Amino acid sequence: MATVHLPSGLTQYTGGVETIDIDAARVPELIAALGHRFPQIAEQLGEMAVAIDGEIYQDPGYQLLRADSDVHLVPRIAGG
Amino acid sequence: MTKLHIETTINGEPREFLCDSHETLLSALRNGLGLTGTKEGCATGDCGACSILLDGRLVPACLVLAPEAQGRAVTTIEGLSSGDALHPLQQKFLEHAALQCGVCTPGFIVAAKALLDAKPNPSEDETRYWLAGNLCRCTGYDKIIRAVLDAASEMKESAI
Amino acid sequence: MTTPREFKYVGTRPIRHDGVDKVTGRASYGADVVWPGMLHGFVLRSPHAHARIVSIDTRAAEATPGVKAVLTGKDLPETTATIALGEAAIDLRDVGDNMLARTKVLYHGHAVAAVAATTIDIAREAAEKIQVVYEVLEPVTGIDRAIAADAPILHPALRTKGAASPGAAGPTNIASRLEFKRGDVDAAFAEADVVVEREFRTPMVHQGYIEPHACIARCGEDGRAVVWCTTQGPFVVRDACAAIAGLDPAHVKVIPSEIGGGFGGKIVVYLEPMAIALSRKAQRPVKMVMGRDEVFRATGPTSGSRVRVKLGAKRDGTLVAATASLWYEAGAYRGSPVGAGAMCALAAYKIPSFFIEAHDVVVNKPKVAAYRAPGSPIAAFAVESVVDEIARELKMDPIELRLKNANAEGDKAPYGPKYGPIGLKQILEAARNHPHWTSPLAANQGRGIAVGFWFNAGMNSSATVILDTDGSAAVVTGNPDIGGTRAAQAIMVAEELGIPVERVRPGVGDTDGSGYTDLTGGSRVCYATGMAVIRAAEDVRDQLKARAAQIWNVAVDAVGWENGRAIPPAGTEKAEAMTVAGLAAKMAHTGGPIVGRASLYAPMAGPAFGAHICDLEVDSETGQSKVVRYTVFQDVGRAVHPGYVEGQMQGGAAQGIGWALNEEYIYDADGVMENAGFLDYRMPVASDLPMIDTVIIEVPNPLHPYGVRGVGEVPIVPPLAAVANAMRDATGIRFTELPLSPPRVLEAIEAASAVSVGA
Repeated sequence: MATVHLPSGLTQYTGGVETIDIDAARVPELIAALGHRFPQIAEQLGEMAVAIDGEIYQDPGYQLLRADSDVHLVPRIAGG
Repeated sequence: MTKLHIETTINGEPREFLCDSHETLLSALRNGLGLTGTKEGCATGDCGACSILLDGRLVPACLVLAPEAQGRAVTTIEGLSSGDALHPLQQKFLEHAALQCGVCTPGFIVAAKALLDAKPNPSEDETRYWLAGNLCRCTGYDKIIRAVLDAASEMKESAI
Repeated sequence: MTTPREFKYVGTRPIRHDGVDKVTGRASYGADVVWPGMLHGFVLRSPHAHARIVSIDTRAAEATPGVKAVLTGKDLPETTATIALGEAAIDLRDVGDNMLARTKVLYHGHAVAAVAATTIDIAREAAEKIQVVYEVLEPVTGIDRAIAADAPILHPALRTKGAASPGAAGPTNIASRLEFKRGDVDAAFAEADVVVEREFRTPMVHQGYIEPHACIARCGEDGRAVVWCTTQGPFVVRDACAAIAGLDPAHVKVIPSEIGGGFGGKIVVYLEPMAIALSRKAQRPVKMVMGRDEVFRATGPTSGSRVRVKLGAKRDGTLVAATASLWYEAGAYRGSPVGAGAMCALAAYKIPSFFIEAHDVVVNKPKVAAYRAPGSPIAAFAVESVVDEIARELKMDPIELRLKNANAEGDKAPYGPKYGPIGLKQILEAARNHPHWTSPLAANQGRGIAVGFWFNAGMNSSATVILDTDGSAAVVTGNPDIGGTRAAQAIMVAEELGIPVERVRPGVGDTDGSGYTDLTGGSRVCYATGMAVIRAAEDVRDQLKARAAQIWNVAVDAVGWENGRAIPPAGTEKAEAMTVAGLAAKMAHTGGPIVGRASLYAPMAGPAFGAHICDLEVDSETGQSKVVRYTVFQDVGRAVHPGYVEGQMQGGAAQGIGWALNEEYIYDADGVMENAGFLDYRMPVASDLPMIDTVIIEVPNPLHPYGVRGVGEVPIVPPLAAVANAMRDATGIRFTELPLSPPRVLEAIEAASAVSVGA
């Protein structure tokens, strides 16, 4: 089960849930499961970067998750 | 509008060109004569990217009217190297990594040449104030100043 | 983990391959080319900061002899496409509207029409004949006005995205709001012995690249377009041009010129789709070049800001609580870097409880663009100033205070994930041990220190390495070389193949000649594209080993590689080690040409910190100040070409010093920028600065084969606070608003002495 940490700005739409364990092998399935669980944030999830075990993916694509992956959803960042 | 016919000397060669009376020398060099090493950064004389020598004097080509080149001698960045040898300033800019994007570089090298022509052994402070009319946004000037001072000392040595 | 490796070329300082062209004036930048039959384009811009476009009559312009095409917003399709690139992606509808207004002008200088004519003079005169009727609206020129209850609304359809403030609904100028929090902040502040809270303001500032935006485009009857332009990202330009001009991306080719500086400002398109559309109408190439005033008024500076920071610490210096409220101007369309600012604000420190909120606010000023570590310098100015105040309250050395609270590997970043190996403590220790920190100050001088953080981007990169029969190699990527990346890429190929750097020819490909590559920016070229270059060179090496195996008639796996030579397995008869040149000479007989290639998507995982020490001398009679000594410490992971790494550190510091001391967009009440030129927008010149010392720290990034982190952005983050902290030290006055220009400093000094005289 990957542990997913939601950004604090979204917790008002998740009934205060900040951390949730999700069984998913890859990022798309994880995002889909999150969106299913919290429909109010589904649209915003697709616009976020995903940090998997400390590495931030601006576009996470089909990144694989480990059974004990630590996943953070973070805003995308522009570079100059 | 009738064009003016200008006869001038550019980088040691006699050249002639046609221009409008209100055209800048910068425009004539870049557009008419194909000498695009002289850059336009502001067109108001503030950035030094279009530095050239007019009868040996450092001027921004954007503030000189093209007809003013009549009968004068113009030196641009294209006139600094001789044959296959770079000018010592050009060589030192390369060795010191004194350029990043490189768009201000021709102006700096022409301005630095004017400095060394007038004052072969400048101090760091004199170099900084002389080059204060040239903007560089990439380097923070450190390596540019070092390159100019190094070129000065090398030119002095080779002159002995 | 990166294995320690002996390098032969990495860490050396060869002369850059494009250098001679650049010191002789031969290199071609955006405005340097002429295409046969080309026309010149001129843009008509709004004289109002906020107005509705009632009508545009272009007939007089079109009737002018020499005019070949006139363009208004109605000539371009509205696109809903986006390019995934940074915060909230690039919304191409906004980019298109920003390039050429459709229904409303949203800042002074907003483009409303463009003309292509046989000469630039004719184009300009014709543009002046275009009749635009405006319904002028009240301009919103700052954050305070934008968020007032009765503020004029820029975009009636705009609603706050993200974590809305309680009760917020309906039309607004707040485009987004987000929060980061950890722990119980109120309880944590109650535990603090010292609490400092300040509010900071910074004005809009511009990247200030010396080369204005320029392009030339031609579009044929078949809808195929070729664009030559100065850009950090040719593929971004290609995709944006296709969407905005209404072309198939398959029919657009972008050739990047040499680029005369960008710093994030040459990613968005301002001219290119217009040039294509004009060319399509005129059926001739169209060249467009911005003037400097257009660059200031109508390209993307970075945000003006209002930031409130509160920090709480225990008597021993342990930081226990923080709040930060960030408000950044987005300019005319949403998309300020406030999210990154919020993520960077507390990145250096282990603070158990914090609350950060970030607001993206639209105002009637130019749409902001990326500027070197977008969002981070503004946040660092506020936080690092308050950290300095905490150190003063506690009478603690500011480096010791920072070291005591510094994040290290395994600590949780404020934005969530745990840090890998980072060099924050190492740079602080290097600063503490550097002679600069303990050297005596002269009269009227002060010293300040500040740290800064940036993520450093990864993303898409491709590279091709082409071996020639003489054993030399070419390397091609899609990243324009903005500050020496060709040299770095040549070093990497030389390192992997064991051939001299001078025998590598690094090149920048166009969008048809290189694999897809994200822009030159985000400090990503040496890291992400560098990784692709290394892998492409490894690909060549693997092929060379296979050719050697073929020649020796041995198994590929048995072939070794050392010092640029294929090594035969022990005991192989009549086989001697073969050099790259030797193998290359036999390519035709061993299977044909060898081309190595690599494409990858790199995660963003080389976060880096810098620390800057600034000595400032202040003239209390005039308010004038001068930086007299400056040292930059930075963890770069691995310096591939140290000369250009130092150059990034020095250049970033100089830009930040300009931001701190003099640079600002000055607006009048009508929203008109009053200083749109280099005379009045005062960037640092050579006589303003001392030599800028650099100390390179190398804590290898485990995700890069050499440990490269990226270097370009971090150095602009610390200077704002380093300078302000030095000013505090020199004058006793805490300035909370930039720039620290002589009038502002003098006023504060006089006010302070009036108070002390009165007391």
